[in-house]
Formats: sequence, structure tokens, C-alpha cells
Amino acid sequence: MLKIWSIKKDNAQAEKKKPKVSAAQIRVQKDLTELELPSTMEMSFPDESDLLNFNLSIEPDEGFYKGGVFRFTFNINNNYPHEPPKVRGIQKIYHPNIDLDGNVCLNILREDWKPVLNLNSVIVGLQYLFLEPNAEDPLHKDAAEDLRTNRKSFEYNVKQSMRGRDVKGNYYDNVMAKN
Amino acid sequence: MAADNSTTAMQTDSRDWADRWRHINKILDRRGPFCDNSFREGYENTLLPQCKVLVIGAGGLGCEILKNLALSGFKDIHVIDMDTIDVSNLNRQFLFRPSDVGRPKAIVAAEFVKNRVAGVVVTPYHGKIQDKDDDYYKQFQIVICGLDSVEARRWMNATIVNLSQELGEAIPIIDGGTEGFKGQARVIIPTVTSCYECSLDMLNKPTTFPICTIANTPRLPEHCIEWAYVLEWPKVFKNEKLDTDDPKHIQWVFEAALERARQFKIAGITYSLTQGVVKNIIPAIASTNAIIAAACCNEAFKIATTSAPYLDNYMMYTGNEGVYTYTFQHQKKPDCPVCGENSVNVDVNKNWTVEEFIEWLKEKPDAQLKKPSLMTADNKKIYLQAPPILERSTRPNLEKKLSSLIEDGDTIIVTDSTLPFSLQLVVSLI
Ligand SMILES: [Zn+2]
Repeated sequence: MLKIWSIKKDNAQAEKKKPKVSAAQIRVQKDLTELELPSTMEMSFPDESDLLNFNLSIEPDEGFYKGGVFRFTFNINNNYPHEPPKVRGIQKIYHPNIDLDGNVCLNILREDWKPVLNLNSVIVGLQYLFLEPNAEDPLHKDAAEDLRTNRKSFEYNVKQSMRGRDVKGNYYDNVMAKN
Repeated sequence: MAADNSTTAMQTDSRDWADRWRHINKILDRRGPFCDNSFREGYENTLLPQCKVLVIGAGGLGCEILKNLALSGFKDIHVIDMDTIDVSNLNRQFLFRPSDVGRPKAIVAAEFVKNRVAGVVVTPYHGKIQDKDDDYYKQFQIVICGLDSVEARRWMNATIVNLSQELGEAIPIIDGGTEGFKGQARVIIPTVTSCYECSLDMLNKPTTFPICTIANTPRLPEHCIEWAYVLEWPKVFKNEKLDTDDPKHIQWVFEAALERARQFKIAGITYSLTQGVVKNIIPAIASTNAIIAAACCNEAFKIATTSAPYLDNYMMYTGNEGVYTYTFQHQKKPDCPVCGENSVNVDVNKNWTVEEFIEWLKEKPDAQLKKPSLMTADNKKIYLQAPPILERSTRPNLEKKLSSLIEDGDTIIVTDSTLPFSLQLVVSLI
């Protein structure tokens, strides 16, 4: 009765058993292999057979954060790209949009995520946070206040924090690039 | 169906009587103007007596669907659900009673329908859809999904579409979904109509709030709950993942959110709101479930009997501003990763190296590839163009023979910036 929907196809193809490959996996393959990583960024995989979990390091070549290397973990689940990747900073840094636990305030990682966006969009967004930290979306209130009221003091505090020194009673991780 | 055609069990069953099926026989006993050419008069000549129909989900939609199928003449119904019954389900999941709390939904629902509707066999499975393999799914002629999760739907859709392609025969999927006063019902005929994955872009996104709002300027009870489970939980519990099904975890989030709400003078935090936000539950309305389930089951009935044309292919129901329904033909995405026609058979010289194979791909005029990256369908890397670390680690493969990395008949997933999505090559080594 339901034969009316028999699918026309050549026999050769019908014999081949199509393995299950999740749409999320293919999409991650596409996103990763078309990434155009600038020279200021590097990716690494704790387990190369698992493309859904990786680390990204950013070494800004200008701005307040020049000279540091900032590391993030990316965690993609099987509901990608319906759900955005989960991104978290590994180090404790002084940044208006990143809190001391590594949570990142970037709209496309949460409320503005859409399936048409991809890993490249996220990476560009992250890079932008280091070039143009934004005092309007504070996740680290002191740093945001500092940036808003006194850019010179903010710049000084960023430099201090990046060397692992204390800023207003908080010790930060040394993130300076090793030459 | 005629009384003399009933089974012995049914004749002796006090819940069965002559003319019991008069309502559907009116439709099935004579040909109507909208019947398909293949329609033949009489219940026995339709697919209803033998049709194996699978219902995914025995929750709000599932209860309605199971009841409707049983009352429309389906005899062999299977149901899968991994959940157990919670007190909060009892307001709308009417196959369950207070004494059933804690028992598996699939099993209780199956028992109830079997006991209530004579002559129906309902076979439950309490577990995950992923526990079952193709051999299990291919026994069904119709699959109806009453799920509340995008992930489960994507899995189900991909499984049935792939299976249909393999069998050369489509297993129709009827998918229902509700969100408060809104809902939709759709019919997916694998490879013929658009599939669930084709329409992923048009899904409503779950409500999320900017992380800086929940961190600094909470105004709503939801902000406090998100603060508790997005920001506080990982801080306090480091490596322990929040289990949204664990009442102790929810209780912790609830208390943390309550404390935060007190600081910001925000009212309205309850345990059930906490559970709702954490599990992203949209309040279910019994009547919307009933409407959508009814639409789904009518489609199943029409497909099984060919007594009338089925929905082509998407019905939206909007009940939050008056009542509005809209039916349209959702278009298939040509480059859909699940149903798209992106699988090609290629014959490959078994002596070729990966590099030679890639050169050959690039020269194929119909493919238009520039920098193809290749992986096997079971996720082994052959050669990736980027990122640099993976390019370096797969570079040694370029010199290897392709036949040392894959077997005859394997599928290679090719991605390339010139392709809208991907290309799947089924490789014959010759
Ligand atoms: Zn599709």
C-alpha cells in the first residue's frame, strides 16, 4: 500500500549500506576545514579523534592585550548548529567581558546564536573582544568600570594582570607569551 | 470493520460490539472523491489491520496520539519513551494516575490503552530511541513523533530518512510539536518532501538571556535561575555536570536562585519555575496537545487508508492571538545534510594515493572542488585542509594509498568551501 512512495534509485546505490553520520559531525568538519585562522590564533586538540572538543589560543597583535596568549576551550555537542558551541576561558584574566571563571559575554554565544553562524563567526567575535573590550556588557564589573572611567588606568591594570600580578586584591594568571 | 471479521478475543470482549467502528467505516466502506487511486473499499483492505505504527514519546502529545490511534482502528502500536511519570505530568497526561508516579511512561500508557480499547496491542519500550537499531525501525510503516526535544527529533529524522533511502521505500514520519498555545504538525515523506533537518533554521530558539544581564542586572526570576545554574553551579561544583533530571541538583539551583532573587528584590522563584528554566520546558497546554495530536493521527489514518490526501506538508497552528492555522509546502533543501541528494558513487583506482585521489577530485568538472577535506563516515580523518594542526597531522596520509585507509564501499565525507554543505562519495575500489 505504501509502495507509492518507493524511491527511484539505481540498484548499485541501494546495495551500499549508508553509514550513519550525524549532521552535527559533518557540519563541524565543514566549519573546521574552512576556518581561516589568522596568524594570531592557534588551535589544538587534546584528542585528535574528537573534533568536537578543542582549544583555541589568541595572541593579540595590537590593543590592550598585546603580548598575552589567551586560551579557550570549545565544546560542541551533537545538537550543533542548533545550539552554539560552549566557549570558556582557561585563565583568570582581567577583562570587562570575561569573568574570573572564564565565562565569556559574547552575544553570538548565547542569545544571538543562529544555525547560519559558524565557528569562524565565533572566533572572529572572540578576537574582537581582545581588540575592543566593551564596557557596556560587563561580566567583570571592576574591569568594565575601570575601562569606562579611566582608560589609562585600565591599560595599566591589564598589563599588571597579564604579568600575573595583583590588581585590586585579585591575582591573575601570567599570560605573557614566552619568546 | 465488519463484526464477522473480528478476532475471537474481540467477540467475547464486552468492550466490543457491533457497529463499534461505524464512524470510520463510513469513510472506508465506499470510495469518495478524494480517495487515492490505490484505495480499495473496506477496513480489511486498508493498511489499518496490519500497519505497525511507532509512536515516539508518551508524554503530553504521546498520550493523545496513542488514544487517537487506538480509537481510529490501528491495531499494532508501539511506543518508546525514556521518562518516568512525575506528579506534574498528571494534569494533562491523562493515561496516568497518581498511583503510577515513578513508573515508566511507555509501559503505563501501553497498559492503559490495551485495557481500555479492545483488540489493540500496544508494545512499549522504556528507554532511549538511540538504543534501537535499523532492524527495529524498519518494521514500521509509519512513525509519529510527539517529542519535546530538537536533538531527539534530529536523530529520529536522520535515522528514518537514511533507512528509507536504504530500503528504497519511504517510511512516513508525522511530527507534532507544541509550545504553549502554538503548535505544528507535518508529514515527512523521506526523500520526497523536506525533512526535519531541512527546516532547522526556522526553529524557534529557546529563550536565553545575555550573560552580562544575568551576571549583573537581573530583573526577572528567570535571570536569577540562569545565574544559579549557568554561572554558580560550575563555580561551586567544578567538574560535576548539572543533571537536570536530578531533584537534588534542581533543589540546589532553586535555593541559590532564591537567595539571589532576595538580594535583588525579585519575586516569583518557585521550584517548578526552576525546573522549567533549567530543562527549558515551555508550559504545555492540554488542548494544544489535543489539537496537534489529532492533526497527526488524522494524517496517519489517511496515509494508512489512502482515503484522502495527506497533509502536504506543514501545518502551523497559532492559538495565542485568536486562532490561526496556515498550511504550506515546506521546501526541501537541496543541500540538506540528511535528505539532500549529495551522495555519489565513484570508482577509484585502488592503487591511487590520497593525493592522487584529491587531484582527481579537483579535476572532476562536475564537482568544482578547490580544497577538499576528506573524512570517513565513521569519523576517521583522511586529509583535512585546515586548521593547520590537523592539516599537519593528516599530511602524511597524502602519500598513503587510499585503499589502506578505507574499504571498498565506504563513504567519504567531502567538505569544501565551494560546496554549500558536503558531498558524500561512496567509493568502489577497482
Ligand atoms: Zn532534509
